[in-house]
This record gives sequence, structure tokens and C-alpha cells, in this order.
Amino acid sequence: MALLEARGLIKIFGKLTALNGADLTVAENEFHGLIGPNGSGKSTLMKCVAGAEIPTSGTVTFGGRDISQASPAERARAGMSLKFQITSVLPALTLYDNILLALQAQCSLPSLVFSRTRGVLHDRAMAMLEQFRLVDRAAEPASALSHGQQQWLEIAMALAPEPKLLLLDEPTGGMSLEERRVTGELLQPIKKKCSLVIVEHDLDFIRDICDRLTVLDQGSVLDCGSVAHIQSSARVQEVYLRRA
Amino acid sequence: MTETTPTTSLPLPLRVGRQRRWQVLPIIEIVVLAIAVLLPFVLKDYLTIYATRVLILCLFALSFDLVWGYAGIMSFGQAVFFGTAGYGVALIARDLGVTSILLVLPAGLLIGFAFALLLGGFLLLGRHPSSVIFVSLGTLTGSYAADRVARGWYYLGGQNGIPSIPPMSLGSYDITEGPVYYYLTLGILLAVYLLCRFLVRSQFGLALAGLRENEQRIAFFGYQVQRLKAIIFSFAGAVAGLAGSLYAFHEGFVWPNMLGVVISTQVVLYVLFGGSGTLIGAVIGTVAIEAVSFWLSNSYQDIWPIILGVLLLLVILFRPAGLISLILSERERVGNFGRLPEEGDRGSS
Repeated sequence: MALLEARGLIKIFGKLTALNGADLTVAENEFHGLIGPNGSGKSTLMKCVAGAEIPTSGTVTFGGRDISQASPAERARAGMSLKFQITSVLPALTLYDNILLALQAQCSLPSLVFSRTRGVLHDRAMAMLEQFRLVDRAAEPASALSHGQQQWLEIAMALAPEPKLLLLDEPTGGMSLEERRVTGELLQPIKKKCSLVIVEHDLDFIRDICDRLTVLDQGSVLDCGSVAHIQSSARVQEVYLRRA
Repeated sequence: MTETTPTTSLPLPLRVGRQRRWQVLPIIEIVVLAIAVLLPFVLKDYLTIYATRVLILCLFALSFDLVWGYAGIMSFGQAVFFGTAGYGVALIARDLGVTSILLVLPAGLLIGFAFALLLGGFLLLGRHPSSVIFVSLGTLTGSYAADRVARGWYYLGGQNGIPSIPPMSLGSYDITEGPVYYYLTLGILLAVYLLCRFLVRSQFGLALAGLRENEQRIAFFGYQVQRLKAIIFSFAGAVAGLAGSLYAFHEGFVWPNMLGVVISTQVVLYVLFGGSGTLIGAVIGTVAIEAVSFWLSNSYQDIWPIILGVLLLLVILFRPAGLISLILSERERVGNFGRLPEEGDRGSS
């Protein structure tokens, strides 16, 4: 059974139809890339899945449950996690506290007030920082990090609660080539743990890490399939050539 | 490219272990407490009474610092909870003859809590997070409306308020203004301060910091931000209620200004002047404004409000983080919430 199924999503902003009946299916432990020209609806589709936008019509099912009208917090509690397109780490807090904030989100109020989970979550916070090569800067404020490192921190924050589905909106935006390469390395190990939906403009990057791709154009799905299938798709090439 | 060099295999010492240094905040807190304890020994009686009033206002300022400084909720109507609790205990004393400290202070606390829960429920518990402007104007309107209701309601004494409230008592002992009331207030302020400090440095405090820094972001982690806001708003309402009931018995009367926009704005200024999000900044700001007002009103009777206004503007313009930022770093103000990683303390992955 698919972990995530979005069916016939339509999203209209005023006179603009950002999504026009888009579908998306993601299986468990699948890395799924969303690609398409600028304005094709990738980020809007991601937002509709994450709950940042409520679709005008259509359904989103996650783990067999209809979450079309659920709030972002409810979706997060169901096992979905999002990294925003614009980096949104909490700059005044330390790296460690940024991770702890993500980890403790689903703790009960009494356990937060009496800090009962502080010790339990400590090792997990340190492990996440280690995994994303930020452990030696754990006590520094997030504002002290470079842009690329802030992106890694945010991916670490999104991954910390051990979601079933991780949504990454342009995780390598503004990164150097070397940082992109390292980001690819950092994402590979999570394949055993969760599914991934990734919006990305860097086609080389997305080709290297994704199992399947969905290509959007003008709010609709143009094609969907394996990386090899998409690479050989005449319709996809036509769209990209037309826009080039 | 050194930033991207993998470090996992290198036995690098952690910088975090070496970054520990002297904490300024506890030193400030201890100095302020020591001064407060010794003050009645050096002050004349009438100044001890004035200092008691200032301590009560410090308690009130703590309630605003909790909502604005820690949770980012701009409450321009904090006086609603201060004033309703003041009126509530005044009515309990006048109409029921109950003045026991063991009953009236918890009653004031509960009244503040209940009104904050009511107003907070209306303003904060919608499906979508409320904007700062909506909450500011909503609380401001609440304060204005409460003031008007009190002025127009005969049972509450109208414009004159409720005079001659009997003193608070403990058994057969009346607690009247002077050193006893001063130390009682100081004890309550200290207890509430420590409770607030415990709360804002707990994991709950980290959630509040997330709320203040980026409310939308933490909603995507699964935090129920509206509920968090309502909880801290109600807790702060209880603190304001406690301050209001102490104020009512100390002054011996309550009047509509206790609920109104002027005192609501005053508490905002106390916290901004001292420095929000530190607790001690609220105390220092209240003491500084009240002390300067007292001195100026004696020395420059005609123009003191203008001088005070200019002084407040200068501090807010040139030290937006308040007086406390002269001695407290931004890093220490924000603080740490988890167990600080120690040298050699690494994750297991």
C-alpha cells in the first residue's frame, strides 16, 4: 500500500490555478522527486501535502487516513515532516536546542514542564548533530552557521522526530557544488528509515538520489515513473526544451 | 570548503565544552534580591510603603514578560487580570467579610486565571494562529471595555471604585502596610519569580522560545501552538491576578484605572525599559521607572512626565533590548534548554 496518495489536487489562488488535478503516490521507503519548470506547481503540491495550504479540491491520504483537512500539527503527529524552501531554523537558539525543539514536539505538557524527557532525548539530539556533521558546533547559535549548514540543520530538525515521510523543498538551494554533494551523502542513509519527497531544481542531484520522479507542468502531472523512464520521456524533454 | 569537510571520523574535541563561562544573570538576580531584602532597614516608613507598591508592580510586570518576552504574545490588556482580581478580592472582603490571606490571595489568582482563560480562549484558540495585531487590539479592547464597565456599574462603585477595603489578615493578625507587607510581597515575588524561572528554563520554555521565534515552523513539528499560547497566557493572567489582589489590600481601595489602558501600557513600558525575556529585566525596569518617576516628581514637579517620556524613548531607541542588555549578552538572555553537551559527549550513530 502507498504511504502517501494525493488525488486530483486543485489549488486556486484568485485567478491563478496553481494545481490542476495533480496526483502523487509515494510508497514506503521510496525517494520521490518532484520536478518541473518554474511555476509548474511543485512547491504548491508540497504545501498541500504538508498542510501549509488546503487544496481547493482533491484528497490527500497518508497511511490510509484522509488528512486533506488536517492541520500541519496533526500531519506532523501522523508522521510527516517538512523542510521549508526558505531556511527557517531558529537563529537565536543553539543547534542543540533547535534539534531538541523538534524532538520534543510530541511530548506531553507535564513532561515538558518538568523536563522529564531532557535526558532521554539528549542522545538522540547528539546523534542527529553527529549524523549531519554539526556536532562540534552544538552549543553555538544557529545564526552562526553558513547557509549550507543551516540547510543541513533544518534537514536534521525535520528528521529528528523519525517521520514516516520527509518532505524537502529545495534542500540544496543556495549551496555550493561541494555542499550539494555532501547533502546527497547525508540523505542516502535515511532511505532505510523513511520515505522522501523532494522538490529540487538540480536535476543531477535528484537523479542521483531518487527512485521515482513526478514531472509537473502548469499544475498537472506530465509524467511519472522511474528515473530512466523520465530521462527517456519525449514529453518531458519537450517541456524542458520549450522552457529552455 | 572546509565547512563541508566530513568530521565524523575525526576525534575533534568539542568546542562546546570549552565555551562555558561565568553566568551574569544569577549574579544580577542575587544582587537585586540582596538589595530588596535590606531595603526596609535603610528606608523611611513612607518609602517602605512606596517600595511595597513597586514590588507588587514588579510581580505584575513578570506576568507581561511571560507572555511577551517568552511567548511573543503582545498583550496590551494585562491590566484586565490585575484589575478584575483586585475588584474580586475587594468584593469578597466587603460583601463576605473574608480577608484571610489563605483565601483571598488564591481567589485573586484564580480570578486572574479565569479571566485570562476566557479572553485567551477567544483570542488565541481559533483554527489558525492569531496575528500579533489581532491579539494586541483584542486585549487592548478588553482592557478598555473592563474599565468602562467598572466606571458604569454602581455595584462596583462606579468612578470612585471600592474604598476602605479591610486589611488582609492571618488569623487574628491584620497585615497592614509597612515592613510586614513588604516582606510578604517580597516572599511572594521571589516564589513566583523562581516558579517562572523554572518554567522558562524547562523544555516547556524551549517550546515557548520556538513559539516566539517562529510560530509557523514549530506547528510543522507537531506543536499545538494555540494551546501553548492559551496555557502561558492563562498562567500569566494568574500572576497578574495575584499582583492585583496584593495591590488592592495594600492600597485599601480599588478603582477603574486598575483595569484600564494606562496601567496596561505602563506594564509594557516596565518590561521594554528593563529588557524583555529575562524576568529580572521586568523587575529592574519597574524599579527604575518607578524610582525615576518618584525622584523626578519631587524635583521637577511641572515637567517630570516630559523628562520621563524622553528618557523612556531614549532607552527604547538606543537599547531596544532594554537596560539589562548593558550587562547581559544576547546569548545568555536566550539561554540553553537542554543538557549542555560535554567534551567527548557524542551521539551514538
